[in-house]
Amino acid sequence: MPLLPRGAFAQAAPKVVILGGGFAGATVARFLRRLDPRVEATLVETNATFTACPFSNDVLAGLRDIRDQRFGYQAVRAEGIVVMNVSATAVDPQARQVRLADGAILPYDRLVVAPGIDFRWNAIPGYGETAADRMPHAWKAGDQTLLLRRQLEGMADGGLVVIAVPANPYRCPPGPYERASLIAHYLKTQKPRSKVLVLDAKDSFSKQPLFTAAWKQLYPGLLEWVPLSQGGKVTAVDPNTGTVSTDFEQYKPAVANNIPPQQAGRIAELAGVADRTGWCPIDPVTFESRLQRNIHVVGDAAIAGAMPKSAFAANAQAKVCAVAVAALLRGRTPSEPVLVNTCYSLVAPDYGISVAGVYRPKDGQLTDVEGAGGLSPLQASPETRALEAQYAEAWYRTITDEVFG
Amino acid sequence: MRGVVGIRVFGGAIILAAAVLASSMAHAADPEILASSCSICHTNSDQLNTAIPKIRGLPEASIVEMMRAFRTGQRPATVMGRIAKGFTEVEIKQLAAYFNAKK
Repeated sequence: MPLLPRGAFAQAAPKVVILGGGFAGATVARFLRRLDPRVEATLVETNATFTACPFSNDVLAGLRDIRDQRFGYQAVRAEGIVVMNVSATAVDPQARQVRLADGAILPYDRLVVAPGIDFRWNAIPGYGETAADRMPHAWKAGDQTLLLRRQLEGMADGGLVVIAVPANPYRCPPGPYERASLIAHYLKTQKPRSKVLVLDAKDSFSKQPLFTAAWKQLYPGLLEWVPLSQGGKVTAVDPNTGTVSTDFEQYKPAVANNIPPQQAGRIAELAGVADRTGWCPIDPVTFESRLQRNIHVVGDAAIAGAMPKSAFAANAQAKVCAVAVAALLRGRTPSEPVLVNTCYSLVAPDYGISVAGVYRPKDGQLTDVEGAGGLSPLQASPETRALEAQYAEAWYRTITDEVFG
Repeated sequence: MRGVVGIRVFGGAIILAAAVLASSMAHAADPEILASSCSICHTNSDQLNTAIPKIRGLPEASIVEMMRAFRTGQRPATVMGRIAKGFTEVEIKQLAAYFNAKK
């Protein structure tokens, strides 16, 4: 406990620690420094290189080099942010301290927790922590992406690819269906007797009418979706034999991609900001945790009302959070935010679809603005689909440049 | 001139209360926040050029007109119609001023 009241240190440089250097964390750090150059910002991120998930499905499909997904922290450091490539192992919300894996202690005035997701190991029996070595999730990009790609390349023509999809909420709601689409695109051109089977723990999914129509048009007979009500939910897996089981069937695919149920990155739980759902409730104006004072949560880890867990949302939330933290550090009241999300999916390299939303706080939650947002039209010309695919690429280049460039 | 009132309260603590709080921040939309989602697609970078047009430095009237046209559907768009409908007329004018000034 400090011997003097906090106000006595009002002139000292405020310390903000950010846990997680992804689309949310790196954005908070950079924008906070620009809003208030007095702030001493420390970014704690385990990995020295960030590998982006958006467009990693293109890497799986052989359409993109993984080097286009990799980003370093030079530009983040250049803005005067201390980047520590080490893990955080504990948070003391009362003492306002973070402990690092090397034993170092980081004091903070405000903490931003942006750890992304972790997987619920063994939520699907058989899919424990080591299962991903053999049966990849590839739901964190990097080695997992390359492993799944190698498995697809190694598959003989006529093989079965199974993608298991969890119930909501999870990172990137349309992501598994984009993955199925682009794998189908790869198979159609290289291994046309093969099949993709999507086993879903849900009965509906993001942009479903658009995906369904596109699959019918582009991949007839190649791609099948099994919803929950038709027995789609995966009930067990065996990574050693590669089997995937549902209530009705046991599949032995050539390639099995299991996307497991998820929760906020583990440090959120350790910091006391995760609730029983495993995700983090927040104030929609400041993104401050509803469970711990002086700790903010942004990105996939946060329960952000109607906003999906996406890179776009993470970046948008991070900027609002940075403005709020800067205001709070000065003893001011942050203003009401409005946020946008746009999720692009590629059904094929020249066929893009999107879902957009505009969000404002209402009754304590980020809520869809009525009349705004929505899906790409169900009927559209090939030129429109191609344009959305181009905009998707442009979005990726823009956001990664803003966050890491 | 704004007055400042000092009050001695229980426990000996002195609380200074400004007669007029700088509360305008709490109610006016912060243009920095309004614009924060835009730069995720519309790059603010000088070096980067993408298929999505830049809006920095555009004339205010042009931005207002375009956003209005997106909102009504008069201007064809892939995603901007859906997004523009989420902003009020006042906010659109604030955004236009913000981006025009961001040269």
